[in-house]
Amino acid sequence: MEIAQLKDQAKKIRQDIIKMLGAAGSGHPGGSLSATDLMTALFFNILRQQPQAPRWPGRDRFILSKGHCAPVLYACLAELGYFPLEQLLTLRKLGSCLQGHPSCQDLAGVEVSTGSLGMGLSVATGIALGAKLDQSDVRVYCLVGDGELQEGQIWEAAMSAGHYRLDNLCCIVDNNDLQIDGRIKDVMNVYPIVDKFKAFGWQTIEIEGHDFKQILEAYATAAKTKEKPTAIIARTVKGKGVSFMEDREEWHGKAPNKELTAQALKELE
Amino acid sequence: MEKKATRYGYSEALIEMGATNKNIVVLDADLSRSTSSELFKKKFPERFFNVGIAEQNLLGLAAGLSLTGKIPFASTYSIFASGRAWEQLRTTICYSNLNVKIGGSHGGILTGPDGASHQALEEFALTRILPNLTVFVPCDFFEAKKATLAAAEMKGPVYIRLGREPVPVLTTPETKFISGEGLLMKEGQDVTIIACGSLVAESLQAALLLEKENIKARVINIHSLKPLDEKIIIQAARETKAIVTAEEHQIYGGLGSAVSEVVVKNYPVPLEMIGVNDTFGTSGAPEELMRFFHLKDIDIVAAAKKVLARKG
Repeated sequence: MEIAQLKDQAKKIRQDIIKMLGAAGSGHPGGSLSATDLMTALFFNILRQQPQAPRWPGRDRFILSKGHCAPVLYACLAELGYFPLEQLLTLRKLGSCLQGHPSCQDLAGVEVSTGSLGMGLSVATGIALGAKLDQSDVRVYCLVGDGELQEGQIWEAAMSAGHYRLDNLCCIVDNNDLQIDGRIKDVMNVYPIVDKFKAFGWQTIEIEGHDFKQILEAYATAAKTKEKPTAIIARTVKGKGVSFMEDREEWHGKAPNKELTAQALKELE
Repeated sequence: MEKKATRYGYSEALIEMGATNKNIVVLDADLSRSTSSELFKKKFPERFFNVGIAEQNLLGLAAGLSLTGKIPFASTYSIFASGRAWEQLRTTICYSNLNVKIGGSHGGILTGPDGASHQALEEFALTRILPNLTVFVPCDFFEAKKATLAAAEMKGPVYIRLGREPVPVLTTPETKFISGEGLLMKEGQDVTIIACGSLVAESLQAALLLEKENIKARVINIHSLKPLDEKIIIQAARETKAIVTAEEHQIYGGLGSAVSEVVVKNYPVPLEMIGVNDTFGTSGAPEELMRFFHLKDIDIVAAAKKVLARKG
C-alpha cells in the first residue's frame, strides 16, 4: 500500500477499535490506538501471510506480547479477511473467538495466547530460533509495550535473542509513555530503553510511531540487518486519534460509553 | 536391587529419539550436568540450547520452538520448572496447548543436602491443576525413559517429574507404559497402597513387611498423575476397602489429594496419606531425610495398620 492508503486503512482500524470496544463495554483503547499505525504498516505492507490459510508454514509470525491490545490485532486480522468484520462486535462476549486477550486456541491468526505481560518476546525469540534451525526465511515480529519492559522476562528474552544473533527477529516497542498508574518514569523508570536493548546486542531504531514513512523505513532496515535482532522504539501517543483519549492514562483500560463512542467515531471520520 | 536415577532415563530417551527425529530439541537453564541433558548436547550440539539461569525464558523459548514444529524438551530443576516459571507454564504453554515437554529433575526430598530451597515438594499440586497438561511421575529408570518417549509421541504439553538420586529399578524395558493407566505392581485384597515415584519401591517393601503379619496389600503405581487412572483407584476402593497413598511430595494437593477426590466421589473408604506433612524440607543425606520425614516402608506399614483399624 502507498502511504495515503495506509493512512486510510489505519483510520478504518481505529474506527473498528472504537466500535468493538463500545460494543464490548470494556477493554483497552489507549494502547490499541497508539499501536495502530505500527500495526497497520506491519500487517498491510510487511508480513507475508495468507489470510485464507492462516497456518501457511511460510508465513511471517507476529506475537502480540502486550495482549491487552487485542482490539488492534483483531481489527487488522478482520480487515485482511481472516474473519468477517461483523464478528468484531462479539469482542469479549461469551462464546466469541475474540477473547479479552488473544487466544490461539480460539482464533486462527493468533500464534500464541498472551495477556500476561512480558511473555511474548520469549516466544517470538523461540520461533526465530526454530526458523534459523530450519534455515527458513520466516521473520518474526513482536509488539511490546513500554510499561511491559518492567517485566524481567523481557530482558531474559532480549539477552537470548542477542546471544543467538537472531536477525530474523524484530521487537517493536510501543513507547506511548503511559501505563495504568501513570507516566512510565514516575511508576518505574525503564528509560533509557534504547541503551538497554543496545547493551543486549540489538540494533535499535528510534522513530515517530505515527509517521508511516519512518515506520516503513524502520521495518525495511530491520529486514536487511544481519547478525543482530532489531528493536524499533516507536514514540507514540496513547489513545492516538481520539482527542479525549490522547495521552490520558485513564483510557488505558476503559471502554467509551455510547455517547463517547459516537463522539470518537465522528472524530475518526 | 539395581539402582539408577530417573534423570538418566530421561536423557537416554532424548538421545535415542534425537538420532531418528530431527525435531527433538533440548533446552536447559545452566543445569545440564545435573539434569543430564548435557548427554544430549554431546551428541546433538546444534539442537541443544543453554538459555542460562533464566527459567521463565526457558519455557518461553521452548514454546516458540514448538510453534515451528520442533518437539522441545525443557530441562531444569523441578522447583524452577513448576514454581518459578509456573505462569509461563500456565498461560504461554498450557492455555495455548503447545507441544512443549518439561523434564523437572531433582524433584522431592531425595534431592538431599541442598536443602529446602531445592527440594521440590509442590510440583504435583502446581501441575495437576493445569488444563491440557499431562503429568508423569516415573518410579524408576525404565519408566522415566518410557515416559519421555511417550511425551514426544503425544501432542500437547507434558511435565515429567524426575529425581537426582538412584532409586531401585522395579520395572523392565518390557513393562507397558500407557498415559492414564496405573500399574498394578502387586496383588492384594486387604488394603491398597497407591504410590508414585520413589515411594513405589518403599510401598513394595511395605507390602512385604505386611505380608509377614498376614496382611495382603495391593500396590498400585500411578506413573501418570494426570490423566489419573480413576478406574484402578475405584476398583481398589471397592475390593480392598482401605487405601494408603504414598508420595515424595506435600500431602496437600498431590497424589493423596488426587486419589481422595476420586475415592470420595465414587466409593468412599478410609484413606491415609504418606507424604511431607505441611512443612519445608531440610538439608541431610537423602536416605536420612526419607526417615526424618516418615516416607519409609515402616511408615507405610503403620499407615496401613491405621487404615485397616478404621476399616473395622
